[in-house]
Formats: sequence, structure tokens, C-alpha cells
Amino acid sequence: MDLSRRDIFKIGGKLLLLASAGATLEEILGAAPPSEAYRMADHWWGMIIDIDKCIGCGSCVRACAQENQVPAGFFRTWVERYQVEEGKQPLVDSPNGAMDGFPPSKRTDLKSFFVPKLCNQCASSPCVQVCPVGATFVSPDGVVLVDETYCLGCRYCVQACPYGCRYLHPQKRTVDKCTLCYHRITKGLTTACCENCPTGARQLVDFKNPEDPVHEFLRNNKVEVLKPYMATGAKVYYKDLDGAVR
Amino acid sequence: MLLGGLVVFLAIRAVVVPKDFGKFGHYRPGALETISARSIAYAGHEQCLQCHDQEAKVHGGGMHAKVSCETCHGPLAKHTDDPTANVPKLPDVANLCRRCHEKDAAKPKGFHQVDTLAHSQGMLCNSCHQPHNPQL
Repeated sequence: MDLSRRDIFKIGGKLLLLASAGATLEEILGAAPPSEAYRMADHWWGMIIDIDKCIGCGSCVRACAQENQVPAGFFRTWVERYQVEEGKQPLVDSPNGAMDGFPPSKRTDLKSFFVPKLCNQCASSPCVQVCPVGATFVSPDGVVLVDETYCLGCRYCVQACPYGCRYLHPQKRTVDKCTLCYHRITKGLTTACCENCPTGARQLVDFKNPEDPVHEFLRNNKVEVLKPYMATGAKVYYKDLDGAVR
Repeated sequence: MLLGGLVVFLAIRAVVVPKDFGKFGHYRPGALETISARSIAYAGHEQCLQCHDQEAKVHGGGMHAKVSCETCHGPLAKHTDDPTANVPKLPDVANLCRRCHEKDAAKPKGFHQVDTLAHSQGMLCNSCHQPHNPQL
């Protein structure tokens, strides 16, 4: 068979059209959503954190570790204690991620407070942008997740995360991070950290739910996200966040 | 040659790339199902109150009313699934109360906190305080 370049491009174009038609069919017949009762399109998850309510007890850290089998020495969430002296770099400590709370601070003359940290569930997430294999992604309901079967463990995302929220799981050798307890929130439950926060300092919120208290919270309080200059579209909002917090 | 390469590419792609890849974005949507199918460890406060009426009554009227049962007693989803086979242990009171109530300048000023050693000289908190409804 004698094919000209024009014929080859014509046949190639037709094959591509067929392939894309196949993809469209796949979209229609594709994977089921997390559960039949849960509609991803109805939610856009995030969290609000009231720093003035955090007592640094570490209940969130322990609950997260138990709920998600987080290996010892690694953290999906942790709590930092800031001790700020005027004109100096703040002192920051987080012994074992605050898994066992904090020892009493020796300095009582400093501005001190606790800051719970976790994945900020960025809408424009740097970790997603750098993943070379599509293993980390933002779900349709706004949660940044990792597909363990695709993750190569290259750790580009660990470097890209401006908040230090990712680690390489020592046994699985894939990247692990806070899933905002996706297995719980898709069942109508709150996250393990929010469930176990004794003072209500952390609250799971759904920005798409008009009845969610987050709307009133954002309207009535001065809130800030961590590192706003990174333009990551972070969805973890902190009330009364001090400028010393990094 | 080019046509052959294209056919081979499409054939390999059809085998290697999952059928539903790209449904919601550049990722495998089956991962959503896998992640959401994981089992829970914490059953939730409401589950405990369904059986433990007496504790619910005492706890609900006290200063710890907003503290979830599992915050102190640990994850109890297995217990709610099979209460007799998975009996929870009592909390480690010596450390449990201290984590929240040990005096620290970083804690909110209105939150109840004490220098535990000076306050109790090593006695366990529940020697005097009822943990489900502590009185100051």
C-alpha cells in the first residue's frame, strides 16, 4: 500500500477522533462516586481554626494518628507553640508534633499561643502541579488527595508544599498527607481532629452549603490563611492569626 | 512507519491507562472510591450516647459536655460495631487531664488551668473531680 503524508495525517486524525470518542464514552460510563448518597458536586470542603480556642492538648494529633494509622514520628496534623518576643525571631516548638501536649513553657513574659497545622487543601495546589504522574490531585469536592497506586514516591510534591504537610510513608514508600478524613466526610461525619478537639478550635466547613456556620464566621471575624502571598488558594482559615506565624 | 507507531501507541495506551482516567481531571477517579472506602476508627459522640444513658446525662450537663467521649476514651468504632468483643480501656488519667489543664502561658486566658503538681501533689485528678462532670 502506497500512502502519502496527507493520507497518513488523515488516518491519524480519524484515529485520534475515535480515541477521543472512546474517552467521552468512558466519562459517561466511568467510576462511581465515593458513595451513592454523597454528591461531590454539592461540597467544597475546608476548615476554620480559632487560634484563641486552641489549648495545645494534642487531641487532634492523636486522633488523626489513630484514625489514619499515621506512622510514629510522622504527622498529618500537628500543633506548634509560638512564643514571640518583640523584635526577635519567634520561638516555635512542637514536641513530637504535640502528640502528648506540651511541657509548660518556661517563659511567661512572652506573647504565646498555639497554632494547629495541617494540609491547607489548596484549590491551586503546588503539590498537584508538580506531580509528574497524576497521583496527587484536587477532588471535585476540594480535597487534595494522593492515589497510592500511582504515586512513585519521587517527593516533588513534598518539596513543593509550602506548608510542609507531606511526607514519604516509611512502609508504603508513597507520599502521605492529610485527606481531611475523606473516608469520614463522605459518610457524613466530621474529621477525626475536629471530632476530638475538646474546645471546638477546629471545625470542618463546607463552603458550598449555604447553611454552614462558616459563612457567618468569615463575615464576622478577621481571618487569614497561612502564607497568603503563595496564592495557593488555601481553604484552612485561621481566626486572629498573628503575623509571626510562618 | 508513523501510522504503525501511532497504532502501537494507542494500543499501549488503551491497556496501560485505566478506562476512567481523566473523568474529573488528570488523575484516576477510582482513587476517590478507594480512599472513601477506608473504615473509620472514631464512631462519633452521638453513637456513644445512644447506649450510655447515665453517662450521657451526667456528661451532658457539665463543663465537659462539648468534649467527645472518644477524646478521652480513644477510638471506639469497633466497640460500637461489637460492644462485647471490644471493651475500651479506662483512660490514663495521670496524663489525660494534664494535657488539657496543665498551666501554660500559651493557653487561652479564660481556660481552666492549674499547676498540677502544686495543685494535687501527685494525686490523680479523679480522686476529687468527677471527669464526666467536673466541679471546680
